Amino acid sequence: MVPALGAVLVAAVGSGHASWVDVGTFAVAAAIILSGAVGVVVARNPVHSALMLVMTLFGVAVLFVLQRDPFLAAVQVIVYAGAIVVLFLFVIMFLGVDRQEDIGTESLRGQRPLAIGLTVLGTTGLLLLGEVSRWTTGAPHVAGIDAGKQSNVYLLGKAVYTTYLFPFEATAALLVIAVVGAVVLARRPPAAANSVDADGAVDPADTGPLPSGEAPTGPGVGVPPPDPAAPGAPASAGPDAADAIATTAATDVDAADPVGSPEGARS
Amino acid sequence: MTISAGWYLGLSVVLFSIGALGVLIRRNVLVMFMCVELMLNAANLTFVTFARMLHDIGGQVLVFFVLVVAAAEVVVGLGLVVAIFRRRANTTADDLHLMKG
Repeated sequence: MVPALGAVLVAAVGSGHASWVDVGTFAVAAAIILSGAVGVVVARNPVHSALMLVMTLFGVAVLFVLQRDPFLAAVQVIVYAGAIVVLFLFVIMFLGVDRQEDIGTESLRGQRPLAIGLTVLGTTGLLLLGEVSRWTTGAPHVAGIDAGKQSNVYLLGKAVYTTYLFPFEATAALLVIAVVGAVVLARRPPAAANSVDADGAVDPADTGPLPSGEAPTGPGVGVPPPDPAAPGAPASAGPDAADAIATTAATDVDAADPVGSPEGARS
Repeated sequence: MTISAGWYLGLSVVLFSIGALGVLIRRNVLVMFMCVELMLNAANLTFVTFARMLHDIGGQVLVFFVLVVAAAEVVVGLGLVVAIFRRRANTTADDLHLMKG
């Protein structure tokens, strides 16, 4: 990797008129990105893979800053490194799969050399395509980023809220759908259908409120939140502890009602 | 004067290839998801580079949307991983052959 980076340095300084600060920043960020990406692929422990992914994301954020795009760099660090990788680490440690994996054995015979060969072929093809042809054929936008003195955040916000307003709304709907899907997926099934269950302590408390939790989501979308809790809670009224759990489940459903209402509309 | 766009695009090509290789050769579902994130980041780098190269803000807006879609994808994917792990206590892609004929 070091000779390649040296070639990058010499060629970038020799060909263009880039300053040494830009070239050095790009070289360091590229080294961080590539070593982090290789680390994600070859690390045996998934936790190490996630930390290497953080390294790659920071390198990409540095390149965003280098391209005069500080807002997306901040979003990259906050959303990716602050939310997505934390979610990965949370799931890894929640599932307890942070043990070593034997990546020496290959399950399909000949799959790994074939994958490496195909990847090298594709990479070479893309790089050659970049060499022999022009990357783009479009003309530069005349009234674009460099047109005015406005900042990057101003231009991005204006574009999002005017030109790209409908995709922006669509991403809002997408996020709501993803939240509903994650809630539905992460719920335990109502019957004790789970064959492998490691944690026994959560089980009796968790299977208890589920039939009463199912009941309030049934009636649908037009019902105001306090009403479905009323028939739901006495239906499973038994011991006091189960009642308390049922009421907490009902309040949980009330809190999640604006999210759950499209689900009721579909069903 | 800044670095020419070809270096950024070449770097994103290599980053995308490493991510694709990881998806192909790794068997842990979580690591495969991380490699998908690598590929998405390569695409983001390409979008930002073209936005600077063509002086068009649309590339940066697309990066914004890619971030949102990546977040949604990770949420649903990790929910699937948790749901699968509840049935069978491993997250290896080779063991998910329920639909095998």
